[in-house]
Amino acid sequence: MARELAEQKIETAAAARWDSVKRNWYKFSRNKISVVGLALVVLIVLAAIFERQLAPYPQHAGAFTNFAAAKLAPCKEYWLGTDQNGRDVLSRIIFSFRGALIMGVGVISIAAPVGVIMGLVAGYLKGRLISTVIMRVVDIFLSLPSLVLALAVGAMFSPTLFHSMMAITFSWWAWYARLVYGAASSVRGEYYIQSAELIGAGRIHILFREMLPNCASTILTKMTLDMGVAILMGAALSFVGLGEQPPNPALGTMISDGYKYLPDMWWLTVFPALAIMLIVLAFNLLGDGVGDMLGSKEV
Amino acid sequence: MSTLKYIINRILWSVFVLVGLSMLIFFIARIIPGDPAVLALGTTASESALELYREENHLNESIPVQYYYWFKDALTGDLGDSAQTKRPVAQDIGEYLPATLELIFFAAIFEIIFGILFGVLSARRSGGLIDNTVRVTSYLGIATPSFVWAILFMLLFCYVWRLLPTIGRLSSSVPVPVHITGFYILDALLSGNSAAAWDTFKHLIMPSVALSLAGIAQSARITRTSMLENMGKDFVGAEISAGIPMRRVLLSYVLRPSATPTVSIISLDIAAMLGNAFLVEQIFSYPGISKYGMSSILTKDLNSIVGVVMIIGITFLLVNIVVDIIAAYLDPRIRLQGGAK
Repeated sequence: MARELAEQKIETAAAARWDSVKRNWYKFSRNKISVVGLALVVLIVLAAIFERQLAPYPQHAGAFTNFAAAKLAPCKEYWLGTDQNGRDVLSRIIFSFRGALIMGVGVISIAAPVGVIMGLVAGYLKGRLISTVIMRVVDIFLSLPSLVLALAVGAMFSPTLFHSMMAITFSWWAWYARLVYGAASSVRGEYYIQSAELIGAGRIHILFREMLPNCASTILTKMTLDMGVAILMGAALSFVGLGEQPPNPALGTMISDGYKYLPDMWWLTVFPALAIMLIVLAFNLLGDGVGDMLGSKEV
Repeated sequence: MSTLKYIINRILWSVFVLVGLSMLIFFIARIIPGDPAVLALGTTASESALELYREENHLNESIPVQYYYWFKDALTGDLGDSAQTKRPVAQDIGEYLPATLELIFFAAIFEIIFGILFGVLSARRSGGLIDNTVRVTSYLGIATPSFVWAILFMLLFCYVWRLLPTIGRLSSSVPVPVHITGFYILDALLSGNSAAAWDTFKHLIMPSVALSLAGIAQSARITRTSMLENMGKDFVGAEISAGIPMRRVLLSYVLRPSATPTVSIISLDIAAMLGNAFLVEQIFSYPGISKYGMSSILTKDLNSIVGVVMIIGITFLLVNIVVDIIAAYLDPRIRLQGGAK
């Protein structure tokens, strides 16, 4: 009897969870464009995972030369043409997806937690010295366009994908801190925080179990939208040579190499540019959908 | 709190932020791997020359002491010498900054005019042709880095249609206008040289459009959303039923309360423009502070990096103050409560 009841409970819990998944999916998919965004993101991630199987010429991703097939316009064998060394542009674009995604995920997975913790602490302890100090530091980091700071920091160290990621992260956390600070300082007066304080909940509990869940929708939406922005900025850094080094493919590097050959070899510039547009567009559409789903208004 | 007091507070605050920024960038520039003396004089310099350079630039002191010397000099306008141009950094900045300000000014004007225009048009017929076009374009505009726009414009307008000049700030056939302010268009107009003004303007079109496209898209969407929100309010219904023409309702009564979010997004976009100018100026070989900054970043010219970063920080903070004043003018609630934040 007791066991049956327990099983029933598990079943209803599972059903409720399934219901909420369905409800969320309904909210997300009401805007068909968001579904397109999700599909594109899934495709790009799959392409990055199975780059070796998908790319028509996987060996073209590194240092490879075949001058007999150099500078070919898009044709049957090379769908998007070949570069000055005879490397297939399509294969190189597919191989650059992984770096772009690593860039986005890397920046956000460091910047978001750091910024969120800073923002929560500053928001909860608003009016105290520590809050003032944190937000003043945030102001300093945001007093410069992110790209300028990333370029200046990135140039100080040897150019690698990891260093350019760190350079972008260096100021990125401040955006999360400011966002979460706003959300956290507006919920800190709510009754549920006061009652948690009254029954003696610790600060850690209040910050992470009471306040964080109430800011989560805003944070998650911003994280999805930021994937696109971080990838854009990574492309900008690799465009000036800070980032993944040749012969490894990166979209920004491909464009900066290719645009010297304009207007004749337009495919060297246009296709990597379209690839950047596609990735960023996909994450922006997905982010809008996530925002609709979680009901967060403005990020 | 009066508007004046509010502005003074903002300015004092900005000074504090600038000092913080200078510390941040100064320390970054000093902890990097490599000897600044070798970076400045080259690997072939003799040990005595290096030692002399270190002594002159206080490089043997601790970093806080170095910062103190730098700060003292910076207050008098001396930012040290640039390793690449062998001239005072302040002089370089004075020469290159007006070109970039001219560029950002035009990009901002484009963004304000077209962003608000498209926003109003798409709010007027929500779901209509213009609205949908703006929506699709805005997704593309935001998803495309401005250096890609720069390259695509160059391909189309310079190579394919041959409408606009490719690179630089002025055609070589046109003499540089008399130096009055350093802003070519202003100088040319002041000295009555309309040919030079027109030529400078033609050089400015592509880089400034490339810089402003993402911003136009974004501010159009923000304007649209906030206008649609306000159009559902009672006062609009009252105005329409009183027989006021729709165009007048939109432009005179709905736009003003809806403009505050647009104004604040524009300040963020101008920050983005200041950053993106680093790549766009490079592509168009436009002789501005960002191109100078880019080459000092790539050659690790420390004094210039610090100088350029500071001047961009100052520009950005000034833009923010101006935008805040405009926002306070548009929305009395901000003025009376003493700040939006």
